[in-house]
Amino acid sequence: MRTLMTPSEIYSTILVLLTALAAGLVGSFTLMKRMSLAGDVVSHIALPGLGLALLFGFNPLAGAGAALFIGTLLIWHLQKSATLTTEVAIGVIFTAALAIGTVLTPSDDLIEALFGGFQSLNAIWFIAGLAAVSLIIGFILAVRHKLILSLFSPELAAATGVNVSRLNLYFLLIFSLTVLLGVRFLGALLVGALIIVPAAIGRQLTHTLTAFLVTSSIASVMSVALGLWISRVYPHFTVGHVTLNLALGPAIIGVATLLFLLSLLRKKI
Amino acid sequence: MNLLQVKHLSVQLEDRSVVEDLSFELAAGERISVLGPNGAGKTVLLKALLNLLPYRGEIVWASGVRIGYVPQKIDADTHLPLTFTDLFHAKCRTLRITLNQAGDIANTVGLTPQILKTPVGHLSGGQFQRGLIGFSLIGNPNVLLMDEPTASVDEPGEEHIYELINRLQTQHNLASIMVSHDLSFVFRYATKVLCLNRQQVCFGSPTEALSANVLTKLYGESVGFYDHHHHE
Repeated sequence: MRTLMTPSEIYSTILVLLTALAAGLVGSFTLMKRMSLAGDVVSHIALPGLGLALLFGFNPLAGAGAALFIGTLLIWHLQKSATLTTEVAIGVIFTAALAIGTVLTPSDDLIEALFGGFQSLNAIWFIAGLAAVSLIIGFILAVRHKLILSLFSPELAAATGVNVSRLNLYFLLIFSLTVLLGVRFLGALLVGALIIVPAAIGRQLTHTLTAFLVTSSIASVMSVALGLWISRVYPHFTVGHVTLNLALGPAIIGVATLLFLLSLLRKKI
Repeated sequence: MNLLQVKHLSVQLEDRSVVEDLSFELAAGERISVLGPNGAGKTVLLKALLNLLPYRGEIVWASGVRIGYVPQKIDADTHLPLTFTDLFHAKCRTLRITLNQAGDIANTVGLTPQILKTPVGHLSGGQFQRGLIGFSLIGNPNVLLMDEPTASVDEPGEEHIYELINRLQTQHNLASIMVSHDLSFVFRYATKVLCLNRQQVCFGSPTEALSANVLTKLYGESVGFYDHHHHE
């Protein structure tokens, strides 16, 4: 077990904790908008982007970002016509993305691309990450009132002067930015869960809006902090003759799921 | 002065004509009731007036008109951790006005502190409807558009809601366009009636416009016997 962290590890730790905070907030609105599943599959489209980038040797985040941007526009377009066909289309396109991404990603990198791992960060990426987190949190705080109206009733929101379709697009872009921030730590398969599970915990424990937003964010930061600690202290453990890897992504989502199960035991405060 | 002038309004939804060639106007303080069978285009008309749907023809609102809208029915998700306090505040913030109004309006429409603390999905039909009416009043509207505001309220509650609306309109001199199925309400409160069955069947004061002939045209033979001369 290592105890001292290098500066780049400290950068990473701070950024992943702040990403968790942003994910808790974004997740709360995703859950209220009943977009949890659609939101989750959006993250899968990051994989072909990661794969192509790794294959051709450019920055994986640039690849994932480009893929997510296209995925966002696609899902925004699909959601405008909320029919069964839309849901089928979302299911098909984004699972297909996962399959294609798996083929494209070099096998050495596949596990990490799917399930994440701890990434070291240089100062430039750290600052870029901080800017992205600020943008996400700032956006949610600035438009929360419009989001509330539009998720209560898109029609009432529109009658109050909110451009609902544009707001949905911005929200999806912010969602994708959150996915992008988390994708290298949690992997394309698990990053969606960081947005969904803490919000589910918050929803389970609270019944007012402010308490919900705060609790989701705390649950998210706690999951990441505990997950980081566990995967650092016990990167491998042995059960009988089998050695298991406890990568960062599964550790975080494992903790989050455990917290969710605990939250089921508690009555609403 | 007319607050609203509608000329030759037509709305098509997916190649189907829902509203054809409507022309009417709304003057200050006037109360128009919109009558018509299911599928007659009443809700679509309100949405077109709110500019929520594409339409052909002319809809001209006078300058200075502020519209409050009470929708027909909102299937509020019982899981939403939202109260009417949150919604009132959200509307105030979106319109960039102070929050002061919210408390007064809650009082006016009879939302108790207890109701204001309850998530919207857990309110009764009547409480929810009062909340929606309160929501429409934020921003000091001078015109209310209401789409069957008592659709999800039981009968004694219905009467209270109508009384509330009537009181608010008198106090604030609000003009209104209300979709309603309730003919007794139409005769008691409406100054004009607009009959709609995709096309415009009548427009005028209730006693003049609602002849037995018009009602038959609207609803078919079975409803032709409403005797409107015995209201009051």
